[in-house]
Amino acid sequence: MNKILPDKQGHFGEFGGRYAAETLMPALIELEEAYAKAKRDRIFQQEFRYYLKQYAGRETPLYFAERLTEQLGGAKIYLKREDLSHTGSHKINNTLGQTLLARRMGKKKVIAETGAGQHGVATATAAALFGMDCDVFMGEEDIDRQAPNVFRMQILGARVIPVSSGTATLKDAMNEAMRQWVARVRDTFYVIGTTAGPHPYPMMVRNFQTVIGKETKRQILKAEGRLPDVIIACIGGGSNAMGIFYPFKNDRRVKMIGVEAAGKGIASGLHASSISAGKIGVLHGNKTYLLQDEDGQVRDAYSIAAGLDYPGVGPEHGYFHKTGRVDYVNITDAEAVDAFLELSRCEGIIPAMESAHAVAYAMKLAPKLSKNKIIVINLSGRGDKDAQAIAKKMEGTIEHGQDRG
Amino acid sequence: MGRIEDKLQYLKAKNEKALIFYLTAGDPGLDVMEALIYGLERAGADILEVGVPFSDPTADGPVIQAASQRALKNKTTLSGILHLIEKVRRKSDIPIVLFGYYNPVFIYGCRKFAKRAEEAGVDGLLIVDLPFEESPELRRYTDACGIDFISLIAPTTNNDRIKAIAAQSGGFLYYISITGVTGTAKPKPADVKKEVHRIKRITSLPVVVGFGITTPKEASAIAPLADGIVVGSALVKLIEENSRRADLIKKAEKFAADFKKAIKQN
Repeated sequence: MNKILPDKQGHFGEFGGRYAAETLMPALIELEEAYAKAKRDRIFQQEFRYYLKQYAGRETPLYFAERLTEQLGGAKIYLKREDLSHTGSHKINNTLGQTLLARRMGKKKVIAETGAGQHGVATATAAALFGMDCDVFMGEEDIDRQAPNVFRMQILGARVIPVSSGTATLKDAMNEAMRQWVARVRDTFYVIGTTAGPHPYPMMVRNFQTVIGKETKRQILKAEGRLPDVIIACIGGGSNAMGIFYPFKNDRRVKMIGVEAAGKGIASGLHASSISAGKIGVLHGNKTYLLQDEDGQVRDAYSIAAGLDYPGVGPEHGYFHKTGRVDYVNITDAEAVDAFLELSRCEGIIPAMESAHAVAYAMKLAPKLSKNKIIVINLSGRGDKDAQAIAKKMEGTIEHGQDRG
Repeated sequence: MGRIEDKLQYLKAKNEKALIFYLTAGDPGLDVMEALIYGLERAGADILEVGVPFSDPTADGPVIQAASQRALKNKTTLSGILHLIEKVRRKSDIPIVLFGYYNPVFIYGCRKFAKRAEEAGVDGLLIVDLPFEESPELRRYTDACGIDFISLIAPTTNNDRIKAIAAQSGGFLYYISITGVTGTAKPKPADVKKEVHRIKRITSLPVVVGFGITTPKEASAIAPLADGIVVGSALVKLIEENSRRADLIKKAEKFAADFKKAIKQN
């Protein structure tokens, strides 16, 4: 586990790599070299830290959820408040890093794919900040589900380009972004939003997101004088999870749990649990666990949370699964909706539907652990974007929590 | 010597250029595909690229994306395609290149695939998303089975990469004449000429040009600059538009014959 991964070609054990069309290979190599230089450059790192602090509002609090802890009656629960970051999720960490790098490389245009719209908003935001032209590809299905984020991107000056191919969700948005990148590779930087894609993206996105885990470590040591027993994060592509897990990977006593979306249940076939229910394959430039049929055709993922609705997972998660370092579990739509409401009413924090999956698993686990145990949940984003969809879904059935103490 | 090399040498001796067509297997159906193959051969096709449909064709433009979707709806599988090629081989010696994405091959199993492809009579393999850095995991089997590993060269590929790619390739090199996905832009003859020349200074492998040639006129402008040309999206479109018509094969033959005539005039 102490090996430095990925290797030179971007492999995490048998996962990862660079399975890309030749048109993109030179651009990926250029990116890899530019990133390696920037990583070693103190000025770049200072710049990155400056914007994280002064612009994105880091560090984000590690909040002791006292009422939730009491209610569950077991382990102490802390929330890493990525929902308080500028733009409402952890995505801004990565988009600031990548657009700073794009600027350094002299690229004036950025493109991105988005599912829930959080990465799209974060990219549009960073593009506005640095005066770059920005196109965001978004599945038509997601445009409907996440209308508020579409408006935000447009207000920020980005073009939102609807993608109607396939299932019109995140996977198809990524296909289209890759096609566009092939055509515009000479002047355009592709800002990938998660720890997936061809090398160096999984490594680079991970490194930009590890600020989450580094802060968490510092904060929990200050608050409790020790490391947590469990860290829980939701997994779509897996960037928020990798961001909080990675700095703890050598702390063997810290148990780490990645929560995939089980949608309407694994048995229903309508889910996004690529590790629990997928097979190893190659998609979007890397080898990883994929939802696919026996002929290697990629299956449609499904989740109530648009940001988890992806049939693959970052290759390093594949590696952590294979080596046993992280446990991967899953949570259904219904459980996530319960947790969404529970956290909202109990703590006054409306979590993103994605993050609600992590909260839901913590709600299952905490009562089974003794009171001296500590759980940290990565609350990767806020749920304002989901309010409308949830209200619609719950119409007539939503209980009014006035007598909940 | 394999069928691809044979064919290219034969054409070279006659001072002719190779006419290569791409078609997506399973669109409209594998039975029609067999008839299409014979028809294209009759009309003068020299080599065929048989596309293996994939759910996420990230290097393809709208025309081939739609064809892949239709082929998958028709339940087209890699094993079905290999079976078809085996059938074609009883009647035809036209060189056949399987063209597609890595995942269906990876899931089929690289070792099993190489063996079955050789048995079926596949001559070459072009996997769009398998650059030479990642290709040894497949080539270790396909090389041993005498299947040519055909590689793409893009306008963005530098000379060092061309060298490395050529060293690991067989059959021919496929020069992508546009920076874009299939069938979405027009190649400029002046650029193609310069680029093919650049490639030829580095390798002695034949170079064919494709990814945007849609009319016989364009073909006649590009063909003299290389060892051959590939026509894909335009044929796939013709097949799409005529898939339910009784004269589909005739139409495809006419289409192919027009290209043959155009590139022979040079």
